[in-house]
Amino acid sequence: MTAVEAIGSSLGDDSAVRRRDDSPVLRMSETEAAALGDVPAEHGDTRMLVNMGPQHPSTHGVLRLMLEMEAETVLRSKPVVGYLHTGMEKTGETLTYLQGATNVTRMDYASPLFNELAFSMAVETLLEIDVPERAVWIRMLMSELNRISSHLLFQATNGLDMGAVSAMIYGWRLREDTLRLFEKITGLRMNHNYIRPGGVAADLPDGWRDDLLRLTDALPDKVDEFDTLLTGQPIWRERLQGVGIVNAAECLALGLTGPLLRSTGYDWDLRRDMPYLAYDEVEFDVLVGTYGDCFDRYAIRLNEIRESLHLVRQILDKMPGGDYRIQDKKVTPPPRARIDQSMEALIHHFKIFTEGFKVPEGEAYAAVESPRGELGCYIVSDGGPKPYRLHMRGPSFVNLQVLPHMMANTLLADTVAIISSVDPIMGEVDR
Amino acid sequence: MTDESSDEEEQAEATAPESVHGAPVTSSRGQKVLHPDRDSYVEVVGALRADGYVMCVDVTAVDYLLDPARDLPPGVEPQRFEVVTSLINHAERSRVRIRVQVPDDDPVLPTLFDEYPGTEAMERETYDMFGIVFDGHPDMSRILMPEDWEGHPLRKDYGVGTVPVQFKAPEART
Amino acid sequence: MAKLPLIGEVGRVPEEGLAGLDHNFLTARIEEVVNWSRARSCWPATFGLACCAIEMMAAGGAHYDLARYGMEVFRASPRQADLMIVAGRVSQKMAPVLRQIYDQMAEPKWVISMGVCASSGGMFNNYAIVQGVDQIVPVDVYAPGCPPGPETLMHAIVTLHGLIENGEITRRRDSSEAGGAGIMVEQRDGQTASKMVITK
Repeated sequence: MTAVEAIGSSLGDDSAVRRRDDSPVLRMSETEAAALGDVPAEHGDTRMLVNMGPQHPSTHGVLRLMLEMEAETVLRSKPVVGYLHTGMEKTGETLTYLQGATNVTRMDYASPLFNELAFSMAVETLLEIDVPERAVWIRMLMSELNRISSHLLFQATNGLDMGAVSAMIYGWRLREDTLRLFEKITGLRMNHNYIRPGGVAADLPDGWRDDLLRLTDALPDKVDEFDTLLTGQPIWRERLQGVGIVNAAECLALGLTGPLLRSTGYDWDLRRDMPYLAYDEVEFDVLVGTYGDCFDRYAIRLNEIRESLHLVRQILDKMPGGDYRIQDKKVTPPPRARIDQSMEALIHHFKIFTEGFKVPEGEAYAAVESPRGELGCYIVSDGGPKPYRLHMRGPSFVNLQVLPHMMANTLLADTVAIISSVDPIMGEVDR
Repeated sequence: MTDESSDEEEQAEATAPESVHGAPVTSSRGQKVLHPDRDSYVEVVGALRADGYVMCVDVTAVDYLLDPARDLPPGVEPQRFEVVTSLINHAERSRVRIRVQVPDDDPVLPTLFDEYPGTEAMERETYDMFGIVFDGHPDMSRILMPEDWEGHPLRKDYGVGTVPVQFKAPEART
Repeated sequence: MAKLPLIGEVGRVPEEGLAGLDHNFLTARIEEVVNWSRARSCWPATFGLACCAIEMMAAGGAHYDLARYGMEVFRASPRQADLMIVAGRVSQKMAPVLRQIYDQMAEPKWVISMGVCASSGGMFNNYAIVQGVDQIVPVDVYAPGCPPGPETLMHAIVTLHGLIENGEITRRRDSSEAGGAGIMVEQRDGQTASKMVITK
């Protein structure tokens, strides 16, 4: 019996998120809010509307919140998004499938490789091709390293938001270590465009094994420093425990995924439950919480770093040889060396990079477990070299809906802890 | 669970095309796709929820203005818009996608808010980007674009808005 | 008017000249002193928008250590900041907010446009993104890259320091209009970036 079945009856009550009226979600447009300012408050009405963001140091970018406050207590709230709307889905329709990874990687900029992975998997589903084994394992390796760097980013910003500034310095220092490895493998610190339809952009560089071993040897001790600094600390616990509680039934109703869902004790991870890549060939634990509060989410993300390190070590041992991209002439450009010798190879190379390759008509959805939850990619192809429609299902976008429910009847100071524990990346929310 | 027994009978009766809760089923690259009509949309989703599809993962739309040809089962009339809803069943580890045809002249679809409150933001996004109105939605307003924006950007008759790149020598600053 | 306390009253200069003073001092032109101090405590406003914000924060982290330039104090309030680092793509919805933040900053103020999206719209040449933040605010230094690494940001900062050190100390932005390359984004239905800007 899986935990999902076992938990069945203890999901909790989701009536709070189903209420239309009397709901903690403030459903008010900006025009209405602006008009409200002209109306004098009725006697005895001490409620007020407070605007938080979009330029606020604790809103992780450009999230804006409209908060209805009664003194220091938040009654209703509304997350206002769209301040980083980039039109990526529209731009994606003008780029070929090869260029598409460049576009989507800029969505969730804390974990760019997952965007590329979801996009590539959707394209490969449409093409009905299988990537070589080595490419699969390289993708897994990069995903897990990216999960580590993303969660380290969370530890840094979460610490900063809570006033534990040293956590930020520790987090950035560790993140630099993983970024250096990324830079060596992909050539860039962020927005790699490394995972592409058909495989990955380049093979792992010489000496990657030593670099990786150095990282996996050094990181565990440094991650333990977070435990020393934060986990047992009374102020830290006081600040996070019992704050921002959500139960499993509410998570399911609202479509929440990732550490948010797992913090409620609901055992669901796409990597294990609907395996993609080669996650069914490695061993790892899915971490779940108990109370569904900010502390559980902090602890889950911290421990997922350790779990990912465990995965990286296994991948290191099992990394197969072979090709790093599919040898399908339709999808893959010829090797660089052949371009110098063969005119046909040059033309082939030129055509793939200017016209792109054609993808058969149809539609497909592919999903991966990003550090924030289920990251999906839905592509409709009309048989041409560019997607007819490209849609990314960003976990942060859906996860943000829980904010009003978590914030209802909490103090203003706790809103910062709650936003931080949801860990939204606005690039992915607004796309 | 009265639905299940009637559903089994239905499945036994219908040989081809297959149907689930009265909606024709197709397979797209091995992924299960349901094609209910607009009137039975909420009903089908409700029945699927009772079947264990506990979470609505995604709601989006496609504008088929420029490419009306698509893979549809017989009996389903293609329309300009298509709303695509993805559900997931955690116990059976399965997904199902629901594609509903929405005509251009009446782009209205009932909301899924009562089944899955989490569709609120996704339906708002679909409204913002395609102008498809979800009937009964608690807050049908723009979410990504400014409130006073005109047009729905992801429609195919809305341009990408590309500005030709211009180069100009910088003027001397004071 | 109350008499100001002076170091040594006028007319009573000690016979040994300034050697009799019991503290150290330097002489310099006021412009140089003001510019020197401005350049070395240039506090940025946190204006992180997208990917570049992560690299901006990385520049403030332990490894790259912006504190070397006296700049690690990212101010949450624009009133306390001298420098706005526009780190990331500016959407049509964000443009009025950005201008408001800029207007709230006290003079003298400077702007670094970090990354290609802020500088020119980058790869997102579409309806949603303002094609260059210089249409909204005057930009002093453009940092290229997508995203620019912390090194590039530091180079931009050092370049800006050079500008500050050689600049007029009484310089004010002559108008609220942005300079830029003079490219205005025409939206499809007549919605322009300038229309949405909150002017003074």
